Amino acid sequence: MPNQKAAQQAILVVGAGMSGLTAAIEAAEVGREVYIVEKEAFLGGRVAQMNQYFPKLCSPDCGLEINYRRIKTNPRIHILTMAQIVKIDGKEGDYNVSIKVMPRYVNERCTACGECSNACTVEIDNKFNFGLDKVKAAYLPHAFAFPLRYIIDPSLINTENAKEVEKACKYKAIELDMKEKEISINVGAVIWATGWSPYDASKIMFYGAGSYKNVLTNIQFERFASSSGHTKGKIIKPSDGGIVNSVAFVQCAGSRDENHLPYCSRICCLATLKHAMYVREQYPNAEISIFYIDIRALGRFEDFYNKVKQDDKISFIKGKVAKIEEDKATKELTLRVEDQETQRIINKKVDLVVLATGMVPNTAIDKIPAEIQYDENGFIINDPLKTGIYGAGCIKKPADVAVSVQDATNAAMKAIQSTARR
Amino acid sequence: MDNKIGLYICTGCGIGEAIDADRLIDIANEDFSPSICKTHECLCSPEGVEILKADIDSGNINKVGIAACSSRVMYDIFDFTLPTERINIREQVVWSQPPADRENIEEDDTQMMAEDYIRMGLAKLNKVLPLEPFKSEAEYAESILVVGGGITGMNAAIDASKAGYSVVLVEKADNLGGWALKLYKKPSPAPHYTEISDPGVKELVEDLEKTSNIKVYTGSVIKEISGAPCMFDVTIQKGTETHDERVGAIVLATGAVPYDATKLGHLGYGNVPNVITHEQFEAMAKKRAINRPSDNTRAECIAFIQCAGSRDENHLNYCSATCCVESLKQAKIFKELNPEGQVYILYKDIRAYGHYELLYKEMQNEGVIFIKGDVDSISENGSGGVQIDTNDFLSQTEITLDMLDLVILATGMVPSTSIEIETEKIKKEADDSEKTDTQAKDAPLENMASGKILASNILNLNYRQGPELPELKYGFPDSHFICFPYETRRTGIYAAGSVRAPMDIYQAIDDAGGAALKAIQCVELSKKGLGVHPRANDISYPEFDMSRCTQCKRCTEECPFGAINEDEKSNPLPNPTRCRRCGICMGACPERIISFKNYSVPLVGNMLKAINVPEEFDEKPRILILACENDAYPALDMVGINRLQLSPWIRVISVRCLGSLNLIWIADSLSAGIDGVLLLGCKHGDDYQCHFIQGSALADIRLSKISETLDRLALESERVRILEVSITDFDKLPGMIKDFEDTLEELGPNPMKGF
Repeated sequence: MPNQKAAQQAILVVGAGMSGLTAAIEAAEVGREVYIVEKEAFLGGRVAQMNQYFPKLCSPDCGLEINYRRIKTNPRIHILTMAQIVKIDGKEGDYNVSIKVMPRYVNERCTACGECSNACTVEIDNKFNFGLDKVKAAYLPHAFAFPLRYIIDPSLINTENAKEVEKACKYKAIELDMKEKEISINVGAVIWATGWSPYDASKIMFYGAGSYKNVLTNIQFERFASSSGHTKGKIIKPSDGGIVNSVAFVQCAGSRDENHLPYCSRICCLATLKHAMYVREQYPNAEISIFYIDIRALGRFEDFYNKVKQDDKISFIKGKVAKIEEDKATKELTLRVEDQETQRIINKKVDLVVLATGMVPNTAIDKIPAEIQYDENGFIINDPLKTGIYGAGCIKKPADVAVSVQDATNAAMKAIQSTARR
Repeated sequence: MDNKIGLYICTGCGIGEAIDADRLIDIANEDFSPSICKTHECLCSPEGVEILKADIDSGNINKVGIAACSSRVMYDIFDFTLPTERINIREQVVWSQPPADRENIEEDDTQMMAEDYIRMGLAKLNKVLPLEPFKSEAEYAESILVVGGGITGMNAAIDASKAGYSVVLVEKADNLGGWALKLYKKPSPAPHYTEISDPGVKELVEDLEKTSNIKVYTGSVIKEISGAPCMFDVTIQKGTETHDERVGAIVLATGAVPYDATKLGHLGYGNVPNVITHEQFEAMAKKRAINRPSDNTRAECIAFIQCAGSRDENHLNYCSATCCVESLKQAKIFKELNPEGQVYILYKDIRAYGHYELLYKEMQNEGVIFIKGDVDSISENGSGGVQIDTNDFLSQTEITLDMLDLVILATGMVPSTSIEIETEKIKKEADDSEKTDTQAKDAPLENMASGKILASNILNLNYRQGPELPELKYGFPDSHFICFPYETRRTGIYAAGSVRAPMDIYQAIDDAGGAALKAIQCVELSKKGLGVHPRANDISYPEFDMSRCTQCKRCTEECPFGAINEDEKSNPLPNPTRCRRCGICMGACPERIISFKNYSVPLVGNMLKAINVPEEFDEKPRILILACENDAYPALDMVGINRLQLSPWIRVISVRCLGSLNLIWIADSLSAGIDGVLLLGCKHGDDYQCHFIQGSALADIRLSKISETLDRLALESERVRILEVSITDFDKLPGMIKDFEDTLEELGPNPMKGF
């Protein structure tokens, strides 16, 4: 534990996605003690589940590896996974924070050897792949997980198999009686970076998300393209595992729509252009249709848009999809759209539909336990007169990776200022 | 210093079952005589670590070898002050190879692989020296120089000051405020996201004046910057006076300028009266009178033309990101001043991202007419107004707007770093370099390595590679487009605001805080002698054995960060606080005079020479893999974590960057009878993924020159292959290596074996 002054200068970062990781590491590299509190069992957040970033089509794990390396070489960063904030008391420069840590049932002695998983016979939905496949109830959250440590699902506890799993571990790393615990820490400033969730596409009437097998969301689609995903990176029709000859992307699925999200989610256009490239890499002849309102490829992302446009089997159709229908027998999908260019109603038949669902700030669901203002959609409003607790990333505004990094680095600066005067 | 090595072999995680650990100890004792050799069933357990610590505390060892899991895990457990080498026999041996056959252990491939890694690790430890952080004799400065006194620069200055650092701010104009001085109003980032408000320049200037420790030079330019982080010497010219300041790090916040509208004659600018720009509209709005410039009558009907210069291959390829919102804002201003007025916006896509969508929605409700289409022609309408002919994409008809009083061009943003200003000094240097370039045989390499330097006359760096920041694309000076947006290719200089990417005022304010943080962070790390991104906290740094330097200039030319200067005799002048610790200079040096205490040409040379190469008739080929530590090496670990199988012939050495590859390693490997060398690095080219920008590209170029060496050894060039590997390519790696193995099999064994 740091001394009194260091504690008052310490910074708590809640959430370890791109924004939280950035804020934490940047502040720690200035010399501050930093606590990272992450509710999942691993760091990386939303981007850890992405196959590639736009526009370079490179893996998020590459940048994450650098960031983890920065953590590994910096003793001032303290990580709490499976943890959530219960209460924040105090004021700028002197906060007392209560943190609830959920039991992992696996302690620090875990070497990630995998023997517990080998002994485990219970299977659960694979959360990392959005439940698209199964994992053992004693499992590594994913191959790139940091920290690289196994976890036991609560459903395994109190089963017959649990004892065998415990016995399989030679390193006394399994503690079946591990309990939820509450700890408290003293910090000078807080950065809240709990990120975003995809808009629930099943709320959009007539699109069939959740009921039509071949309608996926853009976030699910990432797992279909990832070599660590349930299909080992093969893009297939979920209904029968068959190849995909035609794909439609439906832009603004929820965003820019007063019945759903009135704002633009900023990333979905680029995500779709990237997804079109995923399809093209595997299917040189697949027909790709992108139904859009405006293509919002800001700044130098325009180059990526231009690159995708050169593909003559990708068509951009300006029009909002009204309805998607499924052929009950073949599972083929038909999109009904008014093409604004020809002003004709078209019925487009495709094998697969990907909905470009937007971004909902996680503060729309889980509020910060402090006096913070929100807009009607749950985004926080940073009040420049009130200091000490700062938001970073997608809880402030829809943002891509670079904008999140920008925002989080600034949040780290503000947190340092909050504690510099101590 | 005498080497007293302690070697600790872990037998947990299946290691003890898969290989014979006692034999590893025999091998170590035979070849290296370590002071202590021990095995433990779980070295990372508190009990295991206790044994290690006791030996360290006893003073019987001064270096530690840990043969266990990859260095990517248990980093906090095996964190000792002594030089420590992690020998990866878990992920890259027992988890990716079949278990050894105990009946025939001497001939077993998995066992042989583990034995080689023990030899290689000990060979490395023999050469590693204890690290001491770099400390210069010079006086260290901790203040921050902010170049540019606009919204971004002022915010950066205030932010750095509030964090406890003094600031020197240089602004070329006589007043602070920059571009925002020209604005009437700005859009809103807060609910209901549709309000427009005063840009707040006056308040910001007042705030700056109230903030302590900010020294402001207005009407001033930077004549020269020399030195390195914590010791930058800045010469500021204010009129006829010059002032000297020593600073620790620099924030570049010189902003952007509107695209030159005189190049937009096809959109009527300069040809048709009453065609103006966003900038001119703001000036009119400040007077609260939107009038036709031709006759000063009130404008009733106006049209905005979006992407005037942007998204246009003849002008700016990129989208300027703010012009859609600016036009929506100006439409709102116009409607407030003239509620009955009519507004048209001609666009390609309305890019009202995020919450600006609500402003777009409001303007639609306010009756602004949006026409998606390209302007066919623009002309005077016969009654002093303007006529636009356009195709309307949405109705597929030709539309004529012939009653326009005013047409406003939404001109894009050009970063100030891309504005070339030819000064005498730059001109002279360009002439000089042209002369030397014709003589230098490595000229293309140099240009590629140093990047294009734009002569924008802003920083005037006294750097060997040129006076300004290298550009990434379109004149923007950043270097890691997505993951690390503040990084430039000059250590300690961080670009902020619209100089690094098109962005609006709010993003620029965030950017100012972020860049100021990066600047103070650079000061904090540099003053402790630690590296910055991407090897933050690294204590090691390159040292030059100048007695053997031949002044070939390769190191000064190839450093992607321009860290090394030259004296008049072409001797390299290293600047350790400018160094990113990639080792590219070390790879470039033909005399091998550049070394880190824990990473050097002889060190890696000793490792590869420690590989035991079986005789030809054993039919056990050997492949040396040099793998980038950030991507390829973790991908190889991932092969093990996923329990996939790798070729038994490979021996892997992780390198800081493939750019640190010294060709002697290839020659040495092949001379030693190793059958092939596989280089695994990051993608290069436009979408490069190298964290040192040019490392993998430089390795590729160096490799193209190796055929000469191979010819001399009478060897086939196919014995050396370079591949681009992403960190997620673990599923492809076994196949990629197998393919190389097949090629080597066709070539037959290395004829140098046994010599």
